[in-house]
Amino acid sequence: MEKVVGVLQKYGCAKENLIQIMLELQKLSGNNCLPKDWVAKVAETLELPLSKVYGVITFYSMFHTEPTGKYFIEVCKSGPCHIAGAENVLHMLEKELGIKPGETTPDGCFTLTKSSCFGACDIAPAIKIGEKVFGNLTKDKLKEIISSCREGL
Amino acid sequence: MEDIKILSARFGKIKPDSVEEYINAGGYEGLKKAVTMQQEEIIEEMKKSNLYGRGGAAYPTGIKWEQAYAVKKDPKYLVCNADEGEPGTFKDKRILAEDPLLLIEGMTIGAYIMGAKEGYIYIRGEYSAIQRIVKSAIENAKKAGYLGTNILGKGFDFDLHVVSGAGAYVCGENTALVESLEGKQGRPRQKPPYVKNCGLFQMPTILNNVETYSCIPCIVNVGGERYSSFGTEFSGGTKLLCLSGNVVNRGVYEIPYGLTIREIIYNLGGGVKDGKKLKFVHLGGSSGSCLPESLLDTRICYDDLKKNGLSLGSGAVLVVDDSNCVVDYLKAVMEFFEEESCGKCTPCREGNQRLLELLEKLSQGRGTLADIEKMKSIAQTMKMTSFCGLGQSAPTALVTLLKYFENEFIEHTAGKCANGKCSMNSKGVN
Ligand SMILES: Cc1cc2nc3c(=O)[nH]c(=O)nc-3n(C[C@H](O)[C@H](O)[C@H](O)COP(=O)(O)O)c2cc1C
Ligand code: SF4
Ligand code: FES
Repeated sequence: MEKVVGVLQKYGCAKENLIQIMLELQKLSGNNCLPKDWVAKVAETLELPLSKVYGVITFYSMFHTEPTGKYFIEVCKSGPCHIAGAENVLHMLEKELGIKPGETTPDGCFTLTKSSCFGACDIAPAIKIGEKVFGNLTKDKLKEIISSCREGL
Repeated sequence: MEDIKILSARFGKIKPDSVEEYINAGGYEGLKKAVTMQQEEIIEEMKKSNLYGRGGAAYPTGIKWEQAYAVKKDPKYLVCNADEGEPGTFKDKRILAEDPLLLIEGMTIGAYIMGAKEGYIYIRGEYSAIQRIVKSAIENAKKAGYLGTNILGKGFDFDLHVVSGAGAYVCGENTALVESLEGKQGRPRQKPPYVKNCGLFQMPTILNNVETYSCIPCIVNVGGERYSSFGTEFSGGTKLLCLSGNVVNRGVYEIPYGLTIREIIYNLGGGVKDGKKLKFVHLGGSSGSCLPESLLDTRICYDDLKKNGLSLGSGAVLVVDDSNCVVDYLKAVMEFFEEESCGKCTPCREGNQRLLELLEKLSQGRGTLADIEKMKSIAQTMKMTSFCGLGQSAPTALVTLLKYFENEFIEHTAGKCANGKCSMNSKGVN
């Protein structure tokens, strides 16, 4: 809870900073999510109804209320990536990781999701793992990326 | 082809957050000149420049600023739209990551004109690494006296803040963006009032795209007329285009207005990849229109595009080759809108879902001619009655592809996908 108080203070406990506060807390959480008690604390301090805070969290796709895998893999499925073979990229990842979009591997290493365009269309098909973007993906390149993730665990 | 680089001149050539390197490469000349001019004078130059908003709606910026300048209410806020969520668009990213001081200089000139003390750069959450570069550039500009208090010793103050989005395409719509800046759900507001009168914290707000602000230093520097002359009679200056898809050289290109779409794809882009044939171009992002080969000689210029029922949107040029299927492609487009609809109004919330269902049906070989008519009617309703630009423009790709490739849709009702992209072929249905 100290972390929460620290972030709240950094943002002057101001309502308009709710999204910025939540983004920072999610980063600090260690498992890429917003625990219930943290959300409650933020709502109480900013004097916002809990329902309103959850309204905001659920509106934006970057927030998670459940822990995600250590490597959060987003496969872009928008137009430019689609025509570059995004569907194949997704199938290869499903096979390699043994999970479907929206799922996390049992060991908690990988979460697989589909995403909207994140501005890497010049290197489509592209995926994002955390902050990092990988493009011009082929089967071999994907295998390499996943195994270097596994080594980094 | 005259090679004019206004926006991209410094890309990759300087340390992006270094004020010193920015100045050595010609930066801050615009601001230095601006502070010796009257506010009205600068606005006059902007009007002469024929600068149109680069975020998609193409509203004349000089007129927008003249109106905002006339609003008598304080404080005024300056906001930059760096949400860049339109699929196929990655130009603002280049400015933010490689020359953020150009944007900052443009906004500072804006603040000087408007008397704004605070500004916000709303950058999409997916660009978190780039947000740090922009923040660092802001800090450095402050240290060097180009931002903060008593800028250039001229007694005016302006502070800039970076605010992160959190994954919502609709927040690129200007009133939704303002809602999000206030820490709320990014749902569009009723208009009017317009943000220029009643925007952020209910105060007058000047909101522009990254690229739009980045054009201002040059306009002040060389004058509106000269800037305008780089482009065509009605579309002044240069534009960053984002070339993607089945083309040899994908990337961001700065072009003077007036080039044709064909020149862009074949001269700059090196033509269609792997010797395939071009099927259509999706111009302006997923919310833009698709055009066939026969319209490739249209010039990139707002009037010429409009005459052909097209618009430039954000500057995305997606090349699609003839191995692709229109129904399959549209499914990807409509999935995007279905996912990103904010759900506030019925035509968009339901319409996108229904269109996606009907396309799915077609792609499985179960669609009928009546379904195609139904899609046209839903599209029309969405266009006419959606609350914001998202729902109004979501069916544009569908409508334009139906216009140019209706036969291909009809083939699907007979269980045939000539390109073998739709599932009916692989599953052997029909
Ligand atoms: C759904 C939707 C998404 C939009 N996304 C963006 C965006 O990502 N960036 C942008 O600059 N403008 C976007 N716009 C256009 C803005 O509403 C607004 O017109 C623009 O930022 C104004 O700046 P400009 O005049 O400099 O173009 C979007 C509009 C709609 C309806
Ligand atoms: S058109 Fe779509 S995005 Fe816009 S307000 Fe309606 S539901 Fe929301
Ligand atoms: S379409 Fe995939 S990153 Fe833009």
